[in-house]
Amino acid sequence: MSATGLLQMLLLVALLGVSMGPMGRYMAKVYGSEADGKAPGDRLFLKVEGAIYRLLRVDPKREQRWNVYAMAMLAFSLVSVLFLYALIRLQGSLPLNPTGRVGTTPWGAFNASVSFVTNTNWQWFSGEQAISHLTQMLGFTVQNFVSAAVGMAVAVALVRGIVRRGQKTLGNFWVDLVRTITRILLPMSFVVAIILVSQGAIQNLHGYTSVKPLDQTVAVTGTDANGAATSTPVTDQLLPGGPVASQSAIKQLGTNGGGFYNANSAHPYESPNGWTNLLENYLLLLIPISMTVTFGVLAGSKRQGHVLLAVMATFWLLFSLGAVFAEQSGNPRLNAIGVDQSSSATQTGGNMEGKDIRFGPSTCGLFAASTTGTSTGAVDCMHDSLTPAGGGFTMVHMMLGEVSPGGVGVGLAGMLINALMAVFIAGLMVGRTPEYLGKKIQAAEMKLVVLYIVAMPLALLAFAAATVVLRTAVASLQTADAHGLSEVLYNFASAANNNGSAFAFANTSSPWYTITMGIAMLVGRFFLIIPVLALGGSLVRKQKVPVTSGTFPTDTALFSGLLFGVIVIIAGLTFFPALALGPIVEHLSL
Amino acid sequence: MRSFLRQLAPACIALIVLTVLTGVIYPLAVTAVAQVTFHDKANGSIVTVNGKAVGSALIGQQFAAEQYFHPRPSAAGVGYDGSRSSGSNLGPTNPALLQVVAERVASYRAENGLADTQMVPVDAVTASASGLDPHISIANARLQAQRVATARGLTLEIVLAAIGRHIDDRPLGILGDPGVNVLELNISLAKAG
Repeated sequence: MSATGLLQMLLLVALLGVSMGPMGRYMAKVYGSEADGKAPGDRLFLKVEGAIYRLLRVDPKREQRWNVYAMAMLAFSLVSVLFLYALIRLQGSLPLNPTGRVGTTPWGAFNASVSFVTNTNWQWFSGEQAISHLTQMLGFTVQNFVSAAVGMAVAVALVRGIVRRGQKTLGNFWVDLVRTITRILLPMSFVVAIILVSQGAIQNLHGYTSVKPLDQTVAVTGTDANGAATSTPVTDQLLPGGPVASQSAIKQLGTNGGGFYNANSAHPYESPNGWTNLLENYLLLLIPISMTVTFGVLAGSKRQGHVLLAVMATFWLLFSLGAVFAEQSGNPRLNAIGVDQSSSATQTGGNMEGKDIRFGPSTCGLFAASTTGTSTGAVDCMHDSLTPAGGGFTMVHMMLGEVSPGGVGVGLAGMLINALMAVFIAGLMVGRTPEYLGKKIQAAEMKLVVLYIVAMPLALLAFAAATVVLRTAVASLQTADAHGLSEVLYNFASAANNNGSAFAFANTSSPWYTITMGIAMLVGRFFLIIPVLALGGSLVRKQKVPVTSGTFPTDTALFSGLLFGVIVIIAGLTFFPALALGPIVEHLSL
Repeated sequence: MRSFLRQLAPACIALIVLTVLTGVIYPLAVTAVAQVTFHDKANGSIVTVNGKAVGSALIGQQFAAEQYFHPRPSAAGVGYDGSRSSGSNLGPTNPALLQVVAERVASYRAENGLADTQMVPVDAVTASASGLDPHISIANARLQAQRVATARGLTLEIVLAAIGRHIDDRPLGILGDPGVNVLELNISLAKAG
């Protein structure tokens, strides 16, 4: 990898390293780490939040048991899906639609509403061709905020379950939801949106602006119905409009990833230059890694958070370096036909299919690893055109279960689930009941852990397997070979892990793909979140057992290694056979 | 089930309140600040020549005539269609990709009077991510310089100097990757003659 690529990576790591401490401690205060419950900005925020609670008729002091917390979360998600579905279906008759977009198919609207509510932001459509400005604002931007906040609330509820002793409640869902938005996501998004605009990201309510390009001799050649050659002059260019920066900011910060435009963060109006690219890459990692600090503060032991962070960071680093190296190495098949992919002072070289010049192979590889490790799914280059190795790294990064560092909130929850699995395995080795932070991990908890771990691979592999035997589904792939299988695996991995990025050649607008992916997204969200809350509910009742010489310490490098190994083994055993037929065989065929 | 139904009322109100907060107030507030403080950028960095809008500094456009530098291949609609941003999404081993790249290599060499053995910069024969890439690599621009200079009756030195003036370098020397802004370069040469 190039020196500039390495320095860019180091700068990103340094920025994250500097800011994660303050960010994590601030979030801990928002979630009530101080004994008196105070948090910065109370004077302003408490008034706003108080007004909201009164509208909701919710008593913020009254906490909920895990099942009530889960019901509140489910009720909120259900009304969100219904509202978004209606909005997408009816957008043609609603205002603020300067580009004249009409409602989509029922299955398309089902897929899109589930997608944004589950924080997946999978898009079977092209944003600028299918969605009105009103739907972008009232639908997608809103869900970017609230679906992220739901994930963070759930993670905090689990942490409370681990930390509290002999209690019954995990907090109040409505309070966690509202405070996450008013104190974390909204103020930060506002600042970021303005920064993005300062660099050239657009923010307006226009439809298209038509301009007369400089070269008026451009023509598109083709053939007419009779087979005769035609030449159509192109005398105008349409430049798109829209409230883009406000959505791009929260799309990154909330690890959502749904682009305003089809090209997502590769679109010059979403991310115009190296500054905005760095900022967007930084934002999608910031909250997930800072959550480990929040966890350390709430658990009363910073080292417990550091151990989780070390595992997350190791995965992220390995996959980033792998993706960068693979992309910078280029596509060997192009060398033979006279294409210069070498890196020099006058070109970045490497695999440039599906990449803009300003975000070359190193820049793209770094972003690709971050977006797949965080369940974000925003892209600054097109993943279907990645090299087999580069595409393989991004695919496997999702298949780890989105824990490196994972989505906002759900990443921490996923890592804690894996930590419970790790202490369980360690307990089996020495024949002792496993403990985590003083809580005994028993059969009831392990059943929930296993349910969590099995749900995602089941949804992914079952639907992928069904797809490759369906002739119509296979027909929409670009080639019926190893790369075609990679497309199926990648896209269902994306749906089942609530990531949202795509191997986008495959036409996924058909009823089969929209419906099965919609189900995979629902499984990947709620069959993970509900076991997490149940686990919190089970752990919160327990008393702490005293630390003895027989206690397996979970704040050591040894435990980091064990945790790392557990994640690798689970993903490896589950997915290696499928990967061998997809990206691995494609790579070996080069 | 009863506890679920009991949560539906706060769920509906919460969605309405949060929609107003994050879906109406937030984007409109950002729009208001952006329109006041960064008016041109918020509206798309439109470039004008003699008072007429010809494009955006950030969005690439198609050029065909020989006196202009040509942009990268584009998969956005018929090419550089600002209402259809898109990459080709062709996989690295797809025969269709290898064939179209080979054709572009041949036509790039023919267009610019290059030898059959001349290696062609990768960006000149591959489609970008957005389909609206405003840049080409410096290597690509330099290989086109002679053609443009001849067509415009300028010396090669003048054209190469113009390329040098329109390189968008990496911020801080490390962020992103450098390229030549095709539209701005072509505008400056059109003004020069």
